[in-house]
Amino acid sequence: MARREAPEINAGSMADIAFLLLIFFLVTTTMDVDKGISRKLPPIIEDFVEPPPPIKQKNLFTVLVNSNDDILVSYGRSGAGAENREERYVQPTEIRDLAKVFISNFGKDPSSSDSPQKAIISLQNDRGTSYEMFIAIQNELTAAFTELREEEAMKKHGKKLGELSAKEADEIKDMYPQKISEAEPVNLGG
Amino acid sequence: MSKFKRKGKGGTPAISTASLPDIVFMLLFFFMVTTTMREVDLKVKNTKPNATEIQKLERKSLVSYIYVGAPKDRLATQFGTEPRIQLNDAFAKLTDISQWVETEREARNEAERPLLTISIKADKKVKMGLISDLKQELRKAQALKINYSATPGEIFGGKKK
Repeated sequence: MARREAPEINAGSMADIAFLLLIFFLVTTTMDVDKGISRKLPPIIEDFVEPPPPIKQKNLFTVLVNSNDDILVSYGRSGAGAENREERYVQPTEIRDLAKVFISNFGKDPSSSDSPQKAIISLQNDRGTSYEMFIAIQNELTAAFTELREEEAMKKHGKKLGELSAKEADEIKDMYPQKISEAEPVNLGG
Repeated sequence: MSKFKRKGKGGTPAISTASLPDIVFMLLFFFMVTTTMREVDLKVKNTKPNATEIQKLERKSLVSYIYVGAPKDRLATQFGTEPRIQLNDAFAKLTDISQWVETEREARNEAERPLLTISIKADKKVKMGLISDLKQELRKAQALKINYSATPGEIFGGKKK
């Protein structure tokens, strides 16, 4: 009996099959990189807990956003009352510089913040504010802190923030603590 | 007559494509390993807002996701067009959140529970009212570490100063 040789299978189409699989995975999977702006929410204030001490008006930088995404920034004035605060409608792009000037005042201007440690930025939004604007403002405020920290790192160590050792970086972060408060929502109207 | 006869016809020999499958398989494995299958079926429209000051979320195992947005077009007839919250695979009410946070906590190691981060993946067209309610619920549930998910990119359409 003649022994039949098994015919060799053509492997030429193997590449096609692999390509098909490759394209399938390319299409169905998403390179889902999780990136975002990290924040910490304040714990709910219980009734029996003592309310936090009042904040001096001069150390408070308030950003109000109404339901039309208009922005009102109010800051300054040494008095305790809110009546003589500087109030301005601003464009979203202006917030960054205003915040930087406010945080890095170091008591030079008596109507602005005492020190970066005491400076508090309060962001209040309306229920009708768009999420996009909210994130844009959060982004600008974060950028203000980042830029100040970068400048400080350059001045102190002559390096970028990313190149510093963990200890040095922490020092600079403590110098400009990121104090952004997200106030409880109110109906600002508009 | 030349002493050495040229063999064949000259020209370039065909390149062997036998290793092509190997190369393609390598690519395939790379993609299979680096990409993650989306584990939930998105029921809401989800175009994240742009931001530049973003941080990468470390430790994916410690992150839970909340999706917020208007229901997708195919579900609009059933669920309307008002933005809704999606937890896991289903639409949820605000009152479900604390329960869900508790379940997510239970699923983690005891030591890692305080590190649980809630990533809010909201559509940029959502109004802040819903997000504020959501934040309020998270505060009640003691889930205070949050992350506003965003895509890297210029805000305000690239217009700057």
